Amino acid sequence: MTTDKLPDTAPEETPLAETVVAEATLPEAVIAEAVVDEAATETSVRGAANWARLTDSLTVGEVPPEARNINVTGRRQTGPMQGFGKMWQKTYRVSMTGAEVTPQEVVAAWKAKFPSFWPDGNRFYGPLTGIAPGDVALLNLTMPGRLKLSTGVLVMYADEESFTFMTPEGHMFAAFITFSAFEGTDGVTTAQAQVLLRANDPLFEIGLACGGHRKEDTFWVYTLTALAAHFGVETEVETQVVCVDKRRQWRRAKNIRYNSAIRSGVYMMGTPFRSLRRPRTGR
Amino acid sequence: MTNEVLGVRDAGPGAAIIDIKGEVTAASEDALMVAFGEANESRPQSILLNFTDLDYMNSSGIGLLVTLLVRTNRQKQRLFAFGLTDHYRQIFELTRLDEAVGIYDTEGDALSAAGAS
Repeated sequence: MTTDKLPDTAPEETPLAETVVAEATLPEAVIAEAVVDEAATETSVRGAANWARLTDSLTVGEVPPEARNINVTGRRQTGPMQGFGKMWQKTYRVSMTGAEVTPQEVVAAWKAKFPSFWPDGNRFYGPLTGIAPGDVALLNLTMPGRLKLSTGVLVMYADEESFTFMTPEGHMFAAFITFSAFEGTDGVTTAQAQVLLRANDPLFEIGLACGGHRKEDTFWVYTLTALAAHFGVETEVETQVVCVDKRRQWRRAKNIRYNSAIRSGVYMMGTPFRSLRRPRTGR
Repeated sequence: MTNEVLGVRDAGPGAAIIDIKGEVTAASEDALMVAFGEANESRPQSILLNFTDLDYMNSSGIGLLVTLLVRTNRQKQRLFAFGLTDHYRQIFELTRLDEAVGIYDTEGDALSAAGAS
């Protein structure tokens, strides 16, 4: 992994930009439902069908038995404006040098095999149809202390060259996560993951500062490396991390009431009691 | 922006309008930020985005608006939008940009809200 190799695409003023090596955390996920925007499909507005339908809260469809849905259903989606911590823009890119592949082919493969590019130990259960606007994914993440953190994402937008996730209340980040591919001036296709995020609450902000950024980077670098390998390309992933806004939004500190780590921990502590209450079957 | 013309104009005391025409995508970043810089030359208290002639915006375009919002907040300015179609109003709601950007039907309404009419 290298840092600071990308052109300066940061939208913020230079004095406020901080370039750092971050850390990544991510997940073991489950995509559940495909809520396709039928209404938008019917309209003539250009690109309307690429967007998720506006709903009051997130709804999860059928999920595998092992998927834990305790922090998604009924939650609202969030973007970076709704988060607590500093705002970061993290960009990870890999060039498909030597592979004759179009941006559309890269994104199609990324959508279809999204879970397969994740690091070992992270599972992703998605709809067989791939990733479509309105899909809600459940993420079951392995955290320090063997905590299984349950959260999710909403597929906010998807077209042939990109797709974007939003996160639900209680997720580690209030974020837009955009996956895309484009052709450079040299004719080579580049794949990119870009995360625009704030930590959702003070606890997750501390977690980011204490190793979370590094884990985040590690996760996405692995993912892009695996994506490139899928097309027979072995190369380094370029990483750029910029602090877009140094200020914390203290009025959002109350987001902690939805903190998925706390709620998942409480849920795990209750597991033995739920097992006792479960009716026995057989014999 | 790939096929657009961005116009910037003063709009009364303390306000500037950026007229957006065409597409807002990742390719729009430089043009939008240059326009924002021009709009700021008079140090307005409010920046108004005119979406009346918007043809198309994708999720990267929404991301650009978020960073624009950060910039205006940093400078203690307010950001307004007008001329959005029903579709893009819904996109602002979906992405929850509507909680941070004042959205109005017309330029006059937006200027009134900005206290610049």
